[in-house]
Parts: sequence; C-alpha cells; structure tokens
Amino acid sequence: MAEAPQETIAGKQAVLEKMSDHAAVKALVAWNSDAIIEALFDRGELSLTVPSENIVEAMQAIKDAGYNAYEDMTAVDWLPSDPRFQLTYHILSHAMKQRVRIKTWVSEADPAIESITSVFPGANFYEREVFDLFGIRFEGHPNLRRIMMPEEWVGHPLRKDYPVEGYR
Amino acid sequence: MPDVGTPILQAPPAEGSHDQHMVLNMGPQHPSTHGVLRLVLEIDGEIVVRLYPEVGYLHTGIEKTCESKFYQQVVPLTDRVDYLGPLANNLCYCLAVEKLLGLEIPERAVWIRVLLTELTRINSHLIWLGTHAMDIGALTVFLYTFREREDILRIFEAVSGQRMMTSYFRIGGLAMEPPLDIFDRIQKFIKTLPEKLDEYSNLLTGNPIFRNRLLGVGILSPEDAVALAVTGPTLRASGVDFDIRRDMPYSSYEKFQFKVPISNRCDCWGRYEVRLEEMRESIKIIQQALDGMPGGPVKADAPKIILPDREKMKTQMEALIHHFKIVTEGFNVPAGEVFQAIESGHGTMGYYVVSDGTAKPYRVHMRYPGFASLQALETMCQGRMLADVVAVIGSIDIVLGEIDR
Repeated sequence: MAEAPQETIAGKQAVLEKMSDHAAVKALVAWNSDAIIEALFDRGELSLTVPSENIVEAMQAIKDAGYNAYEDMTAVDWLPSDPRFQLTYHILSHAMKQRVRIKTWVSEADPAIESITSVFPGANFYEREVFDLFGIRFEGHPNLRRIMMPEEWVGHPLRKDYPVEGYR
Repeated sequence: MPDVGTPILQAPPAEGSHDQHMVLNMGPQHPSTHGVLRLVLEIDGEIVVRLYPEVGYLHTGIEKTCESKFYQQVVPLTDRVDYLGPLANNLCYCLAVEKLLGLEIPERAVWIRVLLTELTRINSHLIWLGTHAMDIGALTVFLYTFREREDILRIFEAVSGQRMMTSYFRIGGLAMEPPLDIFDRIQKFIKTLPEKLDEYSNLLTGNPIFRNRLLGVGILSPEDAVALAVTGPTLRASGVDFDIRRDMPYSSYEKFQFKVPISNRCDCWGRYEVRLEEMRESIKIIQQALDGMPGGPVKADAPKIILPDREKMKTQMEALIHHFKIVTEGFNVPAGEVFQAIESGHGTMGYYVVSDGTAKPYRVHMRYPGFASLQALETMCQGRMLADVVAVIGSIDIVLGEIDR
C-alpha cells in the first residue's frame, strides 16, 4: 500500500529488456532464454512462465541465483482451456528480500510434472496437496499420497468440474 | 538434504530379524497435539526413529468455498482458518484483494490495522505460551496467559462485536470506526502487559523442569529450516534473520521501529525466547501506533466497493443503489493474480488470489505457516525421546485449522 503504483510490464520481450538486471530474469536468461515462454511484471510481482518439462532445471537455476527459500506452490484449474492446469510456485530470496513467481502449465490428458522436492524439500506437503485436490501427479515425489482427503476418496475437489455442494 | 514424509512402512520385520522397532500412533485426539493432528511414530525403545504427520482431519475445503462467494463474503471465512489470530487472516486477504483492485486505504485504517494485528500476535503467542507450558507440565502458566488473553478478546469484542471471529478488516478499510474509549483501553492493557510477561518469565525461565525439557531439544539447523520452508519465530530461533514486517513491509510497517528477536540456539528454548521477546516488541509497535494514530476516515473512498454508511443509505439515492449493487452482485475485480504475504503470529501467511474479472475470486490459495512447519517435525524429533515430541510440537506453534484449511 505504501509502495508507489508500479507500471505493468507485459510480454516476454519487454520484461527481458526492461528488467534485465533482476536476479531471477538474469538467472533464467543465463540458463536458457528460449525456455521462458512468457513473462509479466504486474502489481509489483514478477511472473515467469517456463515449460513443465524444464521445471526442475528452472528451479535449480533460480535457487542458484539466490532465491533460497521455497514459500508456496499451488495450482489453478482453467477449465475449459488447454492446457488446463496452471502451477504456480512462489520462491523467496532472504538476502535480496524479493519474491519471484514461476508458472508452468500441464494438460488435462496427462496431468503430470516432475517433483521439485529434489531442489526444495519444503515442497513436499504442497505437492501432495495439489495431487490430492487437483489430481496432478508429481514424478519422483518421495511419498505421493492424498493429504487432506481420505485415502479412498474419489475425485479431486478443487477442480472446477467438481461441485461445491451436494452429493457427488 | 533432510528427508521428509516418506511413509512408515508397517511391514513386519523379515524372518529371523531382531528388528525391535515399534509403530506407535499418537493422536488425533491427544491433548498435546493442539487439535486433531495424528502422528505415526516408529520407535526403538523410547527413541524416535521416524515420525510421520497425518493431517486433514479438519479439512473443510475452505479454498473451494471461497470460489463460490463474492469477494467481500470471503472475509468471514478467513477468520476461521487460523482461529487464534483472526485479524491477521483478515488483513492478509484484504491486502491481497486491495492489491488486485489497486485501492488506496486511508492512513487511520492502516494504523488501526497494525495496532490490532499486533494485539492478535500477542493473543496468539499467549495461547502458545500457555499450552506449550501446560504440555510440559507447568499448568499454572496457562491460567495466567488466558487471563491476559481475555483482556485482548474483550478489546476485540468492543471493536468488532465478536471475540474471536472478528471480520473487522474489510476490503477497503475497516468495518466501522472503533469505539471512542478503545485506545485508552489498549493503552491500559499494554501498560500492565510487560510486568505480566516478567511474571511468566519468572515462572518458567528459571524453572529447572522447564529448562531441561526445552534446552537442546528439537534442534533445527538454519539450513534445514530454510529447506523445509519453515517460517516465523521458528525460523528466527534457528538464527535466520528474516521478518516480513521489516524486510518486505506491508501495511505501513516501515513507519514503525522494532527489533526482530533472533536466537542462534536452534532448539525449543530458542523458540521460547524469541516468542517471549516478540511480545515485548509488539507492545512497542502498539505504543507507537497509539501515539501517532492519525485522524480521518477508516474507509477508502470507493463507493462501488465499500458499503455506504447506514445514515447515507437512508438519505441518499446513490448510496442506496450502491448498497443494493454490492450486496446482490458484488463488485468486479480486475483480472490478474497476486500473492500477498504477511508475518502472522506463527510465520509467513500468504494469500494467492487469482481473479478472472468477475465478482467472485477464481482461486484463493492460502499459504499458512503451520503446514510447512509440520514438515520439519521429523527432522527435529529424530533420535530424541518420545516425550520430547510433545515439547517440539508445542514449540513450533501450530494450529490445525490453518494446516487442514
């Protein structure tokens, strides 16, 4: 609130040019600038979209650039668009006092992505939660089981085609 | 790299094996688990070999419910997530939506928000102190801390009409101007609080049983703490100097002077010291907020978002229309996504709100500190006695409402 309203920088090209000295942008450009699908700086928050098959490498690159603390991860169901699920990771840097949002997309036909627990072990419960409530599988996760819902539950409640009330 | 959460395999030991490990269930109805937390422990005698938290008993699908409500209707839902710090929940959600809307909040509302959020922090820490000491066997402290908590709840009641589920912070400011004498009451309360804190300290800090149960128990190295996404006082007790209030200020926290207590002990005692000190710092912030409290309105000037005053509604046509529109249709929020993090009593609380341009949030994700802290439980308890698990659970200060959501 105290922050001055910051301008929105939309589009990959614009962000890469105008924010070239931002640590996260620098790290991902150094890693593989072609892999950045999209970038957006909006409301003071930087979002970078990478392909889902490169998520672990992207996370490693970000971590090496000083974004040491995993903070949050979740999914958004954009039914009926394709790819359907947007995965959002929030990574924080304690030293730079900065947060970066990494986004990726997975399709409905094969909702699977590599687990980032090898880079950020703190993502463990969060990936289980997304697996439970969205039905997205995380390859290489040490213990991919339901966490909120009972083991025998059918369906994934946070999907948009799951009813809010009533019986299944 | 710490290993968390691989399930304990309950297969019987192989033929001829002298494996004497036993699998023990603790909870979900155990007085020391602070709600309904179930722990599956693999123990060797009395030594914890593996520990595996099983959560979800309080899952209510609150994130799903948010998607079917108007933006303003989500505020009361947030109270119920971390039910020991209701105003911190309100603040985080309101800040997130205000960020989406690009709404400027009047200074008085911002300062009252800081004032009450710090009272919430003290409230949350008092409950932690009472229950933590009670788990360890010091029953008396619980009665003392709940006495002071009662004062805070009375203040909340005077301000919002509710003791616990306050819903006092609204999108665009506060629900209403607080009652006239409220600042005097808060002033009176924080004047007596430091000596009460000394009293707790007298009861516990020198107590040999309390010391022995906490000193050197539940070691969490700074590397592990960061890797396992632990935040808040637990992180700072591991020697990591990070507090969102100071390092990434929100809601005008940059205008307040306070220290961020750190401990390098990395054990339960460190967490005890840090939280006790944090309460004293909160008192300082409250004092500054009371001294510098600005005047003016407590609601932003945005008639299409904030409900009009009752008086205006009865006399002005425009106000009546706005009221009708907000109640029946809500207000549209520009499309976009924001992540707003604040420092709650337990650690980093974050709301990730995605808007698709309609009057209902497309997705609300709540990041709560307890969920992450629970991952670190195994690291802290491994190789320690079974009884230490109780002390460690108390020291990470979890609320199951925020874990299961």
